[in-house]
Amino acid sequence: MLDRVKLTLGRLGHNFIDGVWRVGAMTRFFVQVIAASGTSARRFRLVMREVYFTGVLSLIIIVVSGLFVGMVLGLQGFQTLQRYGAQESIGVLVALSLVRELGPVVAALLFASRAGSAITAEIGLMKATEQLTAMDMMAVSPMSRVIAPRFWAGVISMPVLAAIFSAMGIFGGYLVGVVLIGVDNGAFWSQMQAAVDFRYDVLNGVVKSFVFGIAVTVIATFEGFDAPPTAEGVSGATTRTVVSSALTILALDLVLTAFMLRGDA
Amino acid sequence: MERTTIDLWFGAFVIAGFAALLVLALKAGNLGAERPASTYQVQARFDNIGGLKVRAPVRSSGVLVGRVAEIHFDNERFQASVTLALDSRYTFPKDTSASILTSGLLGEQYVGLDAGGDEKKLAQGDRVSITQSAVVLERLIGQFLFSKAQEDGGKK
Repeated sequence: MLDRVKLTLGRLGHNFIDGVWRVGAMTRFFVQVIAASGTSARRFRLVMREVYFTGVLSLIIIVVSGLFVGMVLGLQGFQTLQRYGAQESIGVLVALSLVRELGPVVAALLFASRAGSAITAEIGLMKATEQLTAMDMMAVSPMSRVIAPRFWAGVISMPVLAAIFSAMGIFGGYLVGVVLIGVDNGAFWSQMQAAVDFRYDVLNGVVKSFVFGIAVTVIATFEGFDAPPTAEGVSGATTRTVVSSALTILALDLVLTAFMLRGDA
Repeated sequence: MERTTIDLWFGAFVIAGFAALLVLALKAGNLGAERPASTYQVQARFDNIGGLKVRAPVRSSGVLVGRVAEIHFDNERFQASVTLALDSRYTFPKDTSASILTSGLLGEQYVGLDAGGDEKKLAQGDRVSITQSAVVLERLIGQFLFSKAQEDGGKK
């Protein structure tokens, strides 16, 4: 009995220490990636290739999800706003919720599960098949040749994807609100334009997605780099990437939103 | 420089991103539509500003002529001091009055300017002396109930 309690406590402590270790190691890893970024700037084609794999190939899921999220927001918002006779405000509702919150957050969540997991699996498998070690042997730094380009590609792709997501969402809201339900076209856009401020809403959204891009790619590349070189290890690392990216995105979102809204009140 | 398919995709991707941002800025946001090139600032003191916020619109005859730049509490006169940034395309007489109004019954609050008849114009740093505070709904209802009770009392 006592042994079992001891064992449970020990495991709990081990998990906690492992978590703290992970945060520390990830920070050190982040600094190393930044330090090794010189090659990415000199040979920008490496980054472009990764942008193609992480960004361009994520376009379909981003565009389609953005459209659906916008349409659902339009439908749901209309149901509620109609009660107060304010159905013209549907444009404001759709645009503000997308630009401020849903665009950056949902795009980052999709990006983490679509591209982040792929990055982890790729790097993990490279490590398991000893490709990274082979590179090291040839005096090619895996940090600057493999990790840094993927990191910068993610940082570039994320704001672009979030902007496309928000724009598609607003188009989806327009389709449902104006085309399907028949809210007045002029009121839809003019109210939206009166309420959405470029600096406070659109640029803050871009800043958010930029931060999420950094967080997701650091987690994805770190988990891949840190994965035990076995099939099980890579699968575990991929799972951890998706789970911890999602949690990090949502926690960071709370912090960033609190910072950004402070000046408004 | 040799061209590859990756270049094409990267270019298309970045252009799509900028296009989306442009749509957000111009179609959904208010960039370009309003952002007066130059403004001049005018002060106004109010007894009660209600729910007026920084960046709230300043309208004259319903037309947007500026924005609220700053709100602070004047601790010597115990009044709210509001700084209005007015578009320099518009000038107002010195005896213009400012009042805090509400668009619709429950809408956002804004500052309304009613032009006076003075020859001199308001300039940077001037003060709008005639002001009217925000209507606080609770006080209005309180006054109404009070006068109603007085009326009833008088009948008896």
